Amino acid sequence: MTSTDQRYGLARSVTLPGPLRLDGGVLLSPVDIAYETYGTLDPDGGNAILICHALTGDQHVASNHPVTGKPGWWTRMVGPGKPIDPARDFIVCANVLGSCMGSSGPASVNPATGRPWGMAFPVITIRDMVRTQAMLLDHLGVGILKSVVGGSMGGMQALSWPATFPDRVRAIVVIASTARHTAQNIAFHEVGRQAVMADPKWRGGDYYGIGGEATDPPAAGLAVARMAAHITYLSEAGLTEKFGRKLQARETKTFGFDADFQIESYLRHQGIAFVDRFDANSYLYITRAMDYFDLAEEHGGQLARAFRTSKARFCLVSFDTDWLYPTAESRAIVHALNAAGAPVSFVELSSPFGHDAFLLESPELNRVVDGFLKART
Amino acid sequence: MMLRPDLAIIADTVAAGSRVLDVGCGDGALMAALRDTKGVDARGLEIAADNVAAAVSRGLSVIQGDADTDLAAYPDASFDYAILSQTLQTARRPDVVFDHLLRIGRRAFVSFPNFAHWRVRASLLWGGRMPVTRLLPERWYDTPNIHHVTVDDFRAFVADRGIEVEGAWFLSGDRRTSSAAANFRAEHAVFLLRN
Repeated sequence: MTSTDQRYGLARSVTLPGPLRLDGGVLLSPVDIAYETYGTLDPDGGNAILICHALTGDQHVASNHPVTGKPGWWTRMVGPGKPIDPARDFIVCANVLGSCMGSSGPASVNPATGRPWGMAFPVITIRDMVRTQAMLLDHLGVGILKSVVGGSMGGMQALSWPATFPDRVRAIVVIASTARHTAQNIAFHEVGRQAVMADPKWRGGDYYGIGGEATDPPAAGLAVARMAAHITYLSEAGLTEKFGRKLQARETKTFGFDADFQIESYLRHQGIAFVDRFDANSYLYITRAMDYFDLAEEHGGQLARAFRTSKARFCLVSFDTDWLYPTAESRAIVHALNAAGAPVSFVELSSPFGHDAFLLESPELNRVVDGFLKART
Repeated sequence: MMLRPDLAIIADTVAAGSRVLDVGCGDGALMAALRDTKGVDARGLEIAADNVAAAVSRGLSVIQGDADTDLAAYPDASFDYAILSQTLQTARRPDVVFDHLLRIGRRAFVSFPNFAHWRVRASLLWGGRMPVTRLLPERWYDTPNIHHVTVDDFRAFVADRGIEVEGAWFLSGDRRTSSAAANFRAEHAVFLLRN
Protein backbone atom coordinates (compact mmCIF):
# COMPACT_ATOMS: atom_id res chain seq x y z
CA MET A 1 0.00 0.00 0.00
CA THR A 2 1.21 3.52 -0.73
CA SER A 3 0.05 6.87 0.53
CA THR A 4 -1.29 7.69 -2.93
CA ASP A 5 -3.74 4.76 -2.81
CA GLN A 6 -7.13 6.45 -2.92
CA ARG A 7 -8.72 3.72 -0.81
CA TYR A 8 -6.84 4.80 2.31
CA GLY A 9 -7.02 7.93 4.40
CA LEU A 10 -9.47 10.47 5.75
CA ALA A 11 -12.91 11.27 4.34
CA ARG A 12 -12.99 8.52 1.72
CA SER A 13 -16.03 7.07 0.06
CA VAL A 14 -16.67 4.24 -2.34
CA THR A 15 -19.61 3.11 -4.42
CA LEU A 16 -19.68 -0.68 -4.55
CA PRO A 17 -21.89 -2.32 -7.18
CA GLY A 18 -23.52 -4.73 -4.78
CA PRO A 19 -25.99 -6.15 -4.66
CA LEU A 20 -26.29 -6.32 -0.90
CA ARG A 21 -29.00 -8.72 0.23
CA LEU A 22 -30.71 -7.12 3.22
CA ASP A 23 -32.37 -9.00 6.09
CA GLY A 24 -35.66 -7.44 4.93
CA GLY A 25 -35.30 -9.33 1.64
CA VAL A 26 -34.46 -6.35 -0.58
CA LEU A 27 -31.41 -6.32 -2.85
CA LEU A 28 -29.66 -2.96 -2.49
CA SER A 29 -27.48 -1.79 -5.35
CA PRO A 30 -25.27 0.15 -5.61
CA VAL A 31 -24.02 0.64 -2.03
CA ASP A 32 -22.23 3.84 -1.03
CA ILE A 33 -19.91 3.62 1.96
CA ALA A 34 -18.22 6.64 3.52
CA TYR A 35 -15.26 5.83 5.74
CA GLU A 36 -11.93 6.88 7.14
CA THR A 37 -8.74 4.92 7.72
CA TYR A 38 -5.80 5.75 9.94
CA GLY A 39 -2.42 4.04 10.00
CA THR A 40 -1.02 1.53 7.53
CA LEU A 41 -2.15 -1.99 6.75
CA ASP A 42 0.64 -4.48 7.48
CA PRO A 43 1.81 -6.57 4.52
CA ASP A 44 0.26 -9.63 6.18
CA GLY A 45 -2.95 -7.66 6.82
CA GLY A 46 -2.95 -8.65 10.50
CA ASN A 47 -3.27 -5.25 12.16
CA ALA A 48 -6.69 -4.06 11.00
CA ILE A 49 -9.13 -2.79 13.64
CA LEU A 50 -12.71 -1.90 12.72
CA ILE A 51 -14.40 0.71 14.90
CA CYS A 52 -18.20 0.71 14.91
CA HIS A 53 -19.97 3.95 15.78
CA ALA A 54 -23.11 4.55 17.82
CA LEU A 55 -26.58 5.65 16.64
CA THR A 56 -25.75 9.24 15.71
CA GLY A 57 -22.01 8.77 15.29
CA ASP A 58 -20.00 8.81 12.09
CA GLN A 59 -16.76 7.79 10.45
CA HIS A 60 -14.87 10.79 11.86
CA VAL A 61 -13.68 8.83 14.89
CA ALA A 62 -10.38 10.68 15.24
CA SER A 63 -10.62 13.53 12.75
CA ASN A 64 -12.52 16.81 12.97
CA HIS A 65 -16.21 16.64 12.11
CA PRO A 66 -16.81 18.49 8.82
CA VAL A 67 -20.03 20.16 10.05
CA THR A 68 -19.33 20.94 13.69
CA GLY A 69 -15.55 21.34 13.45
CA LYS A 70 -15.27 19.40 16.71
CA PRO A 71 -12.60 16.70 17.25
CA GLY A 72 -13.49 13.10 16.40
CA TRP A 73 -15.93 11.38 18.75
CA TRP A 74 -13.43 8.88 20.15
CA THR A 75 -10.09 10.70 20.22
CA ARG A 76 -9.79 9.49 23.81
CA MET A 77 -9.49 5.91 22.54
CA VAL A 78 -8.01 6.38 19.06
CA GLY A 79 -4.78 8.23 18.37
CA PRO A 80 -1.05 8.28 19.02
CA GLY A 81 -0.29 6.65 22.36
CA LYS A 82 -3.94 5.61 22.79
CA PRO A 83 -5.20 2.00 23.05
CA ILE A 84 -6.04 2.06 19.32
CA ASP A 85 -2.92 3.59 17.83
CA PRO A 86 -2.40 4.40 14.12
CA ALA A 87 1.33 3.85 14.65
CA ARG A 88 0.56 0.17 15.28
CA ASP A 89 -2.95 -0.49 13.97
CA PHE A 90 -4.67 -0.03 10.64
CA ILE A 91 -7.90 1.60 11.79
CA VAL A 92 -11.12 1.58 9.77
CA CYS A 93 -14.34 3.39 10.66
CA ALA A 94 -17.28 3.48 8.25
CA ASN A 95 -20.51 5.44 8.34
CA VAL A 96 -23.25 2.85 8.89
CA LEU A 97 -25.75 1.89 6.22
CA GLY A 98 -28.82 4.10 6.55
CA SER A 99 -26.95 7.05 8.01
CA CYS A 100 -26.40 10.50 6.58
CA MET A 101 -22.68 11.14 6.47
CA GLY A 102 -22.09 9.66 3.03
CA SER A 103 -23.20 6.03 3.24
CA SER A 104 -26.35 4.88 1.46
CA GLY A 105 -29.41 6.03 3.36
CA PRO A 106 -32.82 7.65 2.94
CA ALA A 107 -31.23 10.91 1.68
CA SER A 108 -29.31 9.05 -1.06
CA VAL A 109 -30.61 9.04 -4.60
CA ASN A 110 -32.71 6.04 -5.54
CA PRO A 111 -31.29 4.93 -8.91
CA ALA A 112 -34.73 3.72 -9.98
CA THR A 113 -36.32 7.18 -9.70
CA GLY A 114 -33.42 9.60 -9.77
CA ARG A 115 -34.84 11.16 -6.60
CA PRO A 116 -33.89 10.73 -2.93
CA TRP A 117 -35.18 7.48 -1.41
CA GLY A 118 -36.96 9.03 1.54
CA MET A 119 -39.17 6.41 3.20
CA ALA A 120 -38.83 4.17 0.13
CA PHE A 121 -35.36 3.26 1.41
CA PRO A 122 -35.48 -0.37 2.59
CA VAL A 123 -35.60 -1.00 6.35
CA ILE A 124 -32.17 -2.18 7.51
CA THR A 125 -30.79 -4.17 10.43
CA ILE A 126 -27.64 -4.19 12.51
CA ARG A 127 -26.54 -7.27 10.56
CA ASP A 128 -27.03 -5.35 7.29
CA MET A 129 -24.68 -2.68 8.64
CA VAL A 130 -22.13 -5.41 9.41
CA ARG A 131 -22.46 -6.89 5.91
CA THR A 132 -21.79 -3.41 4.48
CA GLN A 133 -18.66 -3.15 6.62
CA ALA A 134 -17.49 -6.52 5.31
CA MET A 135 -17.96 -5.26 1.74
CA LEU A 136 -15.80 -2.26 2.59
CA LEU A 137 -13.10 -4.49 4.09
CA ASP A 138 -13.08 -6.56 0.89
CA HIS A 139 -12.55 -3.33 -1.01
CA LEU A 140 -9.70 -2.34 1.34
CA GLY A 141 -8.02 -5.74 1.05
CA VAL A 142 -8.59 -6.63 4.71
CA GLY A 143 -9.33 -10.33 5.15
CA ILE A 144 -9.25 -10.98 8.88
CA LEU A 145 -9.70 -8.26 11.47
CA LYS A 146 -7.38 -8.08 14.46
CA SER A 147 -10.34 -6.63 16.32
CA VAL A 148 -13.78 -5.08 16.09
CA VAL A 149 -14.45 -2.40 18.69
CA GLY A 150 -17.74 -0.65 19.37
CA GLY A 151 -19.81 1.06 22.03
CA SER A 152 -23.63 1.21 22.32
CA MET A 153 -25.01 0.52 18.81
CA GLY A 154 -21.39 0.02 17.76
CA GLY A 155 -21.25 -2.74 20.36
CA MET A 156 -24.25 -4.42 18.71
CA GLN A 157 -22.36 -4.42 15.41
CA ALA A 158 -19.24 -5.72 17.17
CA LEU A 159 -21.31 -8.59 18.62
CA SER A 160 -22.85 -9.31 15.23
CA TRP A 161 -19.45 -9.61 13.60
CA PRO A 162 -18.41 -13.02 15.02
CA ALA A 163 -21.97 -14.26 14.53
CA THR A 164 -22.07 -13.19 10.87
CA PHE A 165 -18.42 -13.63 9.83
CA PRO A 166 -16.89 -15.98 12.44
CA ASP A 167 -13.73 -16.53 10.41
CA ARG A 168 -13.00 -12.86 9.82
CA VAL A 169 -12.39 -11.48 13.32
CA ARG A 170 -9.99 -12.42 16.14
CA ALA A 171 -11.05 -10.15 18.99
CA ILE A 172 -14.23 -8.29 19.90
CA VAL A 173 -14.62 -5.32 22.25
CA VAL A 174 -18.20 -4.47 23.27
CA ILE A 175 -18.71 -1.42 25.49
CA ALA A 176 -21.98 -0.30 27.14
CA SER A 177 -24.11 -2.40 24.82
CA THR A 178 -26.62 -5.22 24.63
CA ALA A 179 -27.49 -8.35 22.62
CA ARG A 180 -31.07 -7.23 22.17
CA HIS A 181 -33.29 -4.19 22.53
CA THR A 182 -35.68 -4.36 25.45
CA ALA A 183 -39.24 -3.10 25.51
CA GLN A 184 -37.99 -0.02 27.36
CA ASN A 185 -35.32 0.64 24.72
CA ILE A 186 -37.92 0.31 21.97
CA ALA A 187 -40.32 2.55 23.88
CA PHE A 188 -37.85 5.43 24.07
CA HIS A 189 -37.05 5.08 20.37
CA GLU A 190 -40.74 5.11 19.51
CA VAL A 191 -41.12 8.42 21.35
CA GLY A 192 -38.34 9.83 19.19
CA ARG A 193 -39.77 8.50 15.95
CA GLN A 194 -43.24 9.79 16.76
CA ALA A 195 -41.79 13.23 17.51
CA VAL A 196 -40.17 13.28 14.04
CA MET A 197 -43.27 12.00 12.26
CA ALA A 198 -45.55 14.44 14.13
CA ASP A 199 -43.58 17.38 12.74
CA PRO A 200 -45.64 18.80 9.81
CA LYS A 201 -42.39 19.42 7.97
CA TRP A 202 -41.67 15.70 7.91
CA ARG A 203 -44.14 15.25 5.00
CA GLY A 204 -44.05 11.46 5.03
CA GLY A 205 -40.26 11.62 4.83
CA ASP A 206 -40.34 13.46 1.49
CA TYR A 207 -38.65 16.71 2.49
CA TYR A 208 -35.52 16.51 0.34
CA GLY A 209 -34.60 18.51 -2.76
CA ILE A 210 -33.52 16.74 -5.92
CA GLY A 211 -29.91 16.23 -4.78
CA GLY A 212 -30.81 15.02 -1.29
CA GLU A 213 -30.29 18.36 0.49
CA ALA A 214 -33.12 19.44 2.79
CA THR A 215 -33.82 23.16 3.05
CA ASP A 216 -36.75 22.88 5.44
CA PRO A 217 -36.40 19.56 7.34
CA PRO A 218 -38.51 18.44 10.34
CA ALA A 219 -36.01 20.02 12.71
CA ALA A 220 -38.40 20.55 15.63
CA GLY A 221 -39.44 16.90 15.71
CA LEU A 222 -35.87 15.67 15.41
CA ALA A 223 -34.74 18.03 18.17
CA VAL A 224 -37.41 16.66 20.50
CA ALA A 225 -36.35 13.11 19.62
CA ARG A 226 -32.76 13.98 20.47
CA MET A 227 -33.77 15.62 23.76
CA ALA A 228 -35.66 12.51 24.87
CA ALA A 229 -32.83 10.22 23.81
CA HIS A 230 -30.21 12.40 25.44
CA ILE A 231 -31.83 11.91 28.84
CA THR A 232 -31.34 8.15 28.46
CA TYR A 233 -27.61 8.68 27.88
CA LEU A 234 -27.13 10.39 31.25
CA SER A 235 -27.65 9.32 34.84
CA GLU A 236 -29.79 10.97 37.45
CA ALA A 237 -26.77 11.43 39.71
CA GLY A 238 -24.84 13.05 36.87
CA LEU A 239 -27.74 15.36 36.01
CA THR A 240 -28.24 16.33 39.63
CA GLU A 241 -24.55 17.04 40.07
CA LYS A 242 -24.31 19.13 36.91
CA PHE A 243 -27.66 20.93 36.90
CA GLY A 244 -29.71 20.17 39.98
CA ARG A 245 -32.62 22.62 39.98
CA LYS A 246 -30.40 25.56 39.11
CA LEU A 247 -31.99 28.34 37.05
CA GLN A 248 -30.58 29.48 33.73
CA ALA A 249 -29.40 33.14 33.53
CA ARG A 250 -32.08 34.41 35.90
CA GLU A 251 -32.69 34.88 39.59
CA THR A 252 -36.31 33.77 39.82
CA LYS A 253 -38.77 31.56 38.00
CA THR A 254 -40.70 33.26 35.19
CA PHE A 255 -43.95 31.41 35.75
CA GLY A 256 -43.99 30.66 32.04
CA PHE A 257 -42.55 28.07 29.67
CA ASP A 258 -39.17 29.54 28.90
CA ALA A 259 -36.18 27.40 29.76
CA ASP A 260 -36.05 28.47 33.39
CA PHE A 261 -33.97 25.52 34.50
CA GLN A 262 -30.42 24.88 33.29
CA ILE A 263 -31.32 21.33 32.37
CA GLU A 264 -34.01 22.66 30.02
CA SER A 265 -31.72 24.99 28.13
CA TYR A 266 -29.05 22.26 28.04
CA LEU A 267 -31.46 19.80 26.41
CA ARG A 268 -32.77 22.43 24.00
CA HIS A 269 -29.19 23.18 22.98
CA GLN A 270 -28.48 19.46 22.47
CA GLY A 271 -31.59 19.13 20.33
CA ILE A 272 -30.87 22.17 18.16
CA ALA A 273 -27.19 21.30 17.68
CA PHE A 274 -28.17 17.80 16.61
CA VAL A 275 -30.45 18.81 13.72
CA ASP A 276 -27.56 20.66 12.08
CA ARG A 277 -25.63 17.44 11.66
CA PHE A 278 -28.21 14.67 11.38
CA ASP A 279 -31.02 13.65 9.06
CA ALA A 280 -34.46 12.92 10.53
CA ASN A 281 -35.18 9.97 8.24
CA SER A 282 -31.80 8.39 9.07
CA TYR A 283 -32.79 8.69 12.72
CA LEU A 284 -35.97 6.72 11.97
CA TYR A 285 -34.14 3.98 10.05
CA ILE A 286 -31.26 3.51 12.48
CA THR A 287 -33.43 3.47 15.61
CA ARG A 288 -35.58 0.85 13.84
CA ALA A 289 -32.50 -1.26 13.11
CA MET A 290 -31.59 -1.14 16.80
CA ASP A 291 -35.14 -2.05 17.88
CA TYR A 292 -35.11 -5.08 15.59
CA PHE A 293 -31.77 -6.21 17.03
CA ASP A 294 -32.00 -9.50 18.93
CA LEU A 295 -28.91 -11.60 18.41
CA ALA A 296 -30.37 -14.63 20.18
CA GLU A 297 -33.49 -14.57 18.02
CA GLU A 298 -31.29 -14.69 14.92
CA HIS A 299 -29.83 -17.94 16.29
CA GLY A 300 -32.79 -20.01 17.32
CA GLY A 301 -33.41 -18.13 20.55
CA GLN A 302 -30.10 -19.15 22.12
CA LEU A 303 -27.51 -16.41 22.40
CA ALA A 304 -24.68 -18.91 22.92
CA ARG A 305 -25.37 -20.33 19.47
CA ALA A 306 -24.50 -16.96 17.93
CA PHE A 307 -20.91 -17.53 19.03
CA ARG A 308 -20.68 -21.26 18.41
CA THR A 309 -18.34 -21.10 15.43
CA SER A 310 -16.35 -18.09 16.58
CA LYS A 311 -12.75 -18.47 17.72
CA ALA A 312 -12.47 -14.86 18.79
CA ARG A 313 -11.59 -13.44 22.19
CA PHE A 314 -14.17 -11.13 23.73
CA CYS A 315 -13.99 -8.18 26.09
CA LEU A 316 -17.13 -6.57 27.49
CA VAL A 317 -17.32 -3.41 29.55
CA SER A 318 -20.36 -1.84 31.22
CA PHE A 319 -20.82 1.22 33.41
CA ASP A 320 -22.59 1.09 36.75
CA THR A 321 -24.79 4.15 36.12
CA ASP A 322 -25.81 3.15 32.56
CA TRP A 323 -29.55 2.48 32.71
CA LEU A 324 -30.00 2.40 28.91
CA TYR A 325 -27.90 -0.77 28.55
CA PRO A 326 -27.34 -1.77 32.17
CA THR A 327 -24.70 -4.21 33.39
CA ALA A 328 -27.20 -7.08 33.44
CA GLU A 329 -27.34 -6.90 29.62
CA SER A 330 -23.58 -7.33 29.40
CA ARG A 331 -23.67 -10.17 31.92
CA ALA A 332 -26.20 -12.05 29.83
CA ILE A 333 -23.77 -11.87 26.90
CA VAL A 334 -20.89 -12.99 29.11
CA HIS A 335 -22.86 -16.00 30.31
CA ALA A 336 -23.67 -16.95 26.72
CA LEU A 337 -20.01 -16.62 25.76
CA ASN A 338 -19.04 -18.82 28.71
CA ALA A 339 -21.58 -21.38 27.62
CA ALA A 340 -20.05 -21.26 24.14
CA GLY A 341 -16.56 -21.74 25.66
CA ALA A 342 -15.29 -18.45 24.25
CA PRO A 343 -12.45 -16.61 26.00
CA VAL A 344 -14.20 -13.63 27.53
CA SER A 345 -13.33 -10.81 29.88
CA PHE A 346 -15.86 -8.53 31.50
CA VAL A 347 -15.69 -5.60 33.85
CA GLU A 348 -18.24 -3.13 35.17
CA LEU A 349 -16.59 0.25 35.57
CA SER A 350 -17.75 2.95 37.93
CA SER A 351 -18.71 6.32 36.47
CA PRO A 352 -21.25 9.01 37.29
CA PHE A 353 -21.94 9.71 33.60
CA GLY A 354 -24.38 6.94 32.68
CA HIS A 355 -24.40 5.49 29.17
CA ASP A 356 -22.32 8.39 27.81
CA ALA A 357 -19.38 7.25 29.95
CA PHE A 358 -17.92 5.23 27.09
CA LEU A 359 -17.32 8.43 25.12
CA LEU A 360 -15.75 10.32 28.01
CA GLU A 361 -12.34 10.33 29.63
CA SER A 362 -11.94 7.02 31.44
CA PRO A 363 -8.42 5.83 32.29
CA GLU A 364 -9.85 2.50 33.46
CA LEU A 365 -11.64 1.89 30.15
CA ASN A 366 -8.46 2.73 28.25
CA ARG A 367 -6.44 0.42 30.49
CA VAL A 368 -8.81 -2.50 29.91
CA VAL A 369 -9.08 -2.03 26.14
CA ASP A 370 -5.35 -1.47 25.80
CA GLY A 371 -4.51 -4.61 27.77
CA PHE A 372 -7.06 -6.68 25.91
CA LEU A 373 -5.91 -5.58 22.44
CA LYS A 374 -2.23 -6.08 23.26
CA ALA A 375 -2.71 -9.57 24.69
CA ARG A 376 -1.20 -12.48 22.85
CA THR A 377 -3.71 -14.46 20.87
CA MET B 1 7.56 -13.06 40.29
CA MET B 2 7.02 -14.86 43.61
CA LEU B 3 3.63 -16.47 44.02
CA ARG B 4 1.89 -16.66 47.36
CA PRO B 5 2.84 -20.04 48.93
CA ASP B 6 -0.59 -21.64 48.46
CA LEU B 7 -0.69 -20.47 44.84
CA ALA B 8 2.82 -21.86 44.26
CA ILE B 9 1.62 -25.30 45.38
CA ILE B 10 -1.34 -25.09 42.99
CA ALA B 11 0.85 -23.85 40.14
CA ASP B 12 3.25 -26.77 40.67
CA THR B 13 0.46 -29.33 40.67
CA VAL B 14 -1.72 -28.22 37.74
CA ALA B 15 -1.02 -30.28 34.60
CA ALA B 16 0.51 -28.46 31.64
CA GLY B 17 -1.89 -27.49 28.85
CA SER B 18 -5.01 -27.94 30.98
CA ARG B 19 -8.05 -25.67 31.26
CA VAL B 20 -8.37 -23.83 34.55
CA LEU B 21 -11.05 -21.61 36.12
CA ASP B 22 -9.69 -19.46 38.94
CA VAL B 23 -12.60 -18.31 41.11
CA GLY B 24 -11.62 -15.16 43.00
CA CYS B 25 -8.53 -14.76 40.85
CA GLY B 26 -7.51 -11.35 42.23
CA ASP B 27 -5.16 -9.55 39.84
CA GLY B 28 -4.51 -12.78 37.93
CA ALA B 29 -1.05 -13.62 39.34
CA LEU B 30 -1.72 -17.38 39.42
CA MET B 31 -3.42 -17.37 36.00
CA ALA B 32 -0.51 -15.49 34.43
CA ALA B 33 1.97 -17.93 35.99
CA LEU B 34 -0.02 -20.94 34.75
CA ARG B 35 -0.28 -19.47 31.27
CA ASP B 36 3.37 -18.45 31.03
CA THR B 37 4.99 -21.54 32.56
CA LYS B 38 2.57 -24.32 31.64
CA GLY B 39 0.62 -23.14 28.63
CA VAL B 40 -2.60 -23.37 30.63
CA ASP B 41 -5.85 -21.96 29.20
CA ALA B 42 -6.86 -19.99 32.29
CA ARG B 43 -10.11 -18.12 32.91
CA GLY B 44 -10.90 -16.06 35.96
CA LEU B 45 -13.82 -14.79 38.02
CA GLU B 46 -13.20 -11.82 40.30
CA ILE B 47 -15.46 -9.45 42.20
CA ALA B 48 -13.28 -6.31 42.40
CA ALA B 49 -13.26 -4.13 39.26
CA ASP B 50 -9.70 -2.87 39.77
CA ASN B 51 -8.43 -6.44 40.04
CA VAL B 52 -10.31 -7.39 36.86
CA ALA B 53 -8.83 -4.42 35.02
CA ALA B 54 -5.35 -5.43 36.19
CA ALA B 55 -5.88 -9.01 35.02
CA VAL B 56 -7.34 -8.01 31.65
CA SER B 57 -4.44 -5.65 31.07
CA ARG B 58 -2.20 -8.70 31.54
CA GLY B 59 -4.02 -10.28 28.64
CA LEU B 60 -6.03 -12.66 30.80
CA SER B 61 -9.70 -13.61 30.33
CA VAL B 62 -11.34 -12.51 33.55
CA ILE B 63 -15.00 -11.84 34.26
CA GLN B 64 -16.13 -9.51 36.97
CA GLY B 65 -18.65 -11.37 39.04
CA ASP B 66 -19.62 -12.94 42.33
CA ALA B 67 -18.84 -16.59 43.07
CA ASP B 68 -22.04 -16.75 45.12
CA THR B 69 -24.26 -15.97 42.14
CA ASP B 70 -22.37 -16.38 38.87
CA LEU B 71 -20.96 -19.91 38.98
CA ALA B 72 -24.32 -21.37 37.97
CA ALA B 73 -23.75 -19.92 34.49
CA TYR B 74 -20.76 -22.18 33.83
CA PRO B 75 -21.42 -25.49 32.07
CA ASP B 76 -20.65 -28.86 33.71
CA ALA B 77 -17.10 -30.24 33.47
CA SER B 78 -15.98 -27.33 31.31
CA PHE B 79 -12.59 -27.09 33.07
CA ASP B 80 -9.90 -29.55 34.13
CA TYR B 81 -9.43 -27.62 37.37
CA ALA B 82 -11.53 -25.12 39.25
CA ILE B 83 -9.57 -23.15 41.82
CA LEU B 84 -10.88 -21.39 44.91
CA SER B 85 -7.99 -19.82 46.77
CA GLN B 86 -8.71 -17.88 49.98
CA THR B 87 -12.26 -17.28 48.83
CA LEU B 88 -14.33 -20.08 50.43
CA GLN B 89 -14.48 -18.26 53.75
CA THR B 90 -15.82 -15.09 52.09
CA ALA B 91 -18.75 -16.78 50.33
CA ARG B 92 -22.30 -16.35 51.62
CA ARG B 93 -22.96 -20.02 50.86
CA PRO B 94 -19.59 -21.79 50.78
CA ASP B 95 -21.30 -25.16 50.37
CA VAL B 96 -23.11 -24.02 47.20
CA VAL B 97 -19.94 -22.45 45.82
CA PHE B 98 -18.07 -25.66 46.59
CA ASP B 99 -20.65 -27.83 44.82
CA HIS B 100 -20.43 -25.63 41.72
CA LEU B 101 -16.64 -25.89 41.85
CA LEU B 102 -16.69 -29.67 41.53
CA ARG B 103 -19.44 -29.51 38.93
CA ILE B 104 -17.56 -27.08 36.69
CA GLY B 105 -14.10 -28.60 37.18
CA ARG B 106 -13.11 -32.24 36.96
CA ARG B 107 -10.86 -31.46 39.91
CA ALA B 108 -10.93 -28.60 42.38
CA PHE B 109 -8.30 -26.81 44.43
CA VAL B 110 -9.52 -25.18 47.61
CA SER B 111 -7.23 -23.16 49.85
CA PHE B 112 -8.22 -21.37 53.04
CA PRO B 113 -6.82 -19.98 56.29
CA ASN B 114 -7.23 -22.47 59.15
CA PHE B 115 -9.30 -21.00 61.98
CA ALA B 116 -8.09 -23.74 64.35
CA HIS B 117 -4.43 -22.69 64.13
CA TRP B 118 -2.94 -22.43 67.63
CA ARG B 119 -2.40 -18.70 67.33
CA VAL B 120 -6.08 -18.16 66.58
CA ARG B 121 -7.07 -20.45 69.44
CA ALA B 122 -4.71 -18.70 71.85
CA SER B 123 -5.96 -15.30 70.85
CA LEU B 124 -9.56 -16.21 71.54
CA LEU B 125 -8.80 -18.33 74.61
CA TRP B 126 -6.48 -15.94 76.40
CA GLY B 127 -7.44 -12.60 74.94
CA GLY B 128 -11.16 -13.22 74.74
CA ARG B 129 -11.20 -11.16 71.54
CA MET B 130 -11.84 -12.13 67.91
CA PRO B 131 -8.44 -13.09 66.52
CA VAL B 132 -6.54 -10.75 64.20
CA THR B 133 -3.66 -12.67 62.64
CA ARG B 134 -1.39 -12.44 59.59
CA LEU B 135 -3.77 -14.54 57.48
CA LEU B 136 -6.91 -13.13 59.08
CA PRO B 137 -5.87 -9.49 59.39
CA GLU B 138 -9.29 -7.81 59.46
CA ARG B 139 -11.22 -7.03 62.59
CA TRP B 140 -14.60 -8.61 63.29
CA TYR B 141 -16.69 -5.79 61.89
CA ASP B 142 -14.97 -5.23 58.54
CA THR B 143 -13.80 -8.71 57.62
CA PRO B 144 -14.82 -10.29 54.30
CA ASN B 145 -14.32 -13.67 56.01
CA ILE B 146 -17.81 -14.56 57.13
CA HIS B 147 -17.57 -18.35 57.28
CA HIS B 148 -14.47 -19.31 59.21
CA VAL B 149 -13.45 -22.91 58.68
CA THR B 150 -10.86 -25.25 60.16
CA VAL B 151 -8.87 -28.05 58.56
CA ASP B 152 -10.92 -30.65 60.44
CA ASP B 153 -14.20 -28.95 59.50
CA PHE B 154 -13.19 -29.08 55.87
CA ARG B 155 -12.10 -32.72 56.07
CA ALA B 156 -15.48 -33.62 57.58
CA PHE B 157 -17.26 -31.48 54.98
CA VAL B 158 -15.70 -33.30 51.99
CA ALA B 159 -16.08 -36.70 53.69
CA ASP B 160 -19.82 -36.03 54.13
CA ARG B 161 -20.08 -35.32 50.41
CA GLY B 162 -18.12 -38.42 49.44
CA ILE B 163 -15.46 -36.30 47.78
CA GLU B 164 -12.07 -37.88 47.19
CA VAL B 165 -9.08 -35.90 48.49
CA GLU B 166 -6.27 -36.33 45.97
CA GLY B 167 -3.85 -34.06 47.72
CA ALA B 168 -3.53 -31.88 50.81
CA TRP B 169 -0.82 -29.38 51.70
CA PHE B 170 -0.47 -27.47 54.95
CA LEU B 171 1.47 -24.28 55.45
CA SER B 172 2.81 -22.45 58.44
CA GLY B 173 4.23 -19.21 57.14
CA ASP B 174 5.97 -20.18 53.91
CA ARG B 175 6.87 -23.64 55.21
CA ARG B 176 5.11 -26.96 54.88
CA THR B 177 3.80 -28.52 58.04
CA SER B 178 2.70 -32.10 58.67
CA SER B 179 -0.72 -33.45 57.89
CA ALA B 180 -1.10 -35.13 61.28
CA ALA B 181 -1.20 -32.01 63.42
CA ALA B 182 -2.49 -29.78 60.66
CA ASN B 183 -5.63 -28.65 62.48
CA PHE B 184 -3.46 -27.20 65.24
CA ARG B 185 -0.27 -26.23 63.44
CA ALA B 186 -1.27 -25.17 59.91
CA GLU B 187 -2.03 -21.52 59.25
CA HIS B 188 -3.22 -22.37 55.78
CA ALA B 189 -4.46 -25.45 53.93
CA VAL B 190 -4.62 -26.41 50.26
CA PHE B 191 -6.81 -29.33 49.15
CA LEU B 192 -6.99 -31.00 45.75
CA LEU B 193 -10.34 -32.76 45.33
CA ARG B 194 -12.14 -34.83 42.78
CA ASN B 195 -15.65 -36.12 42.48
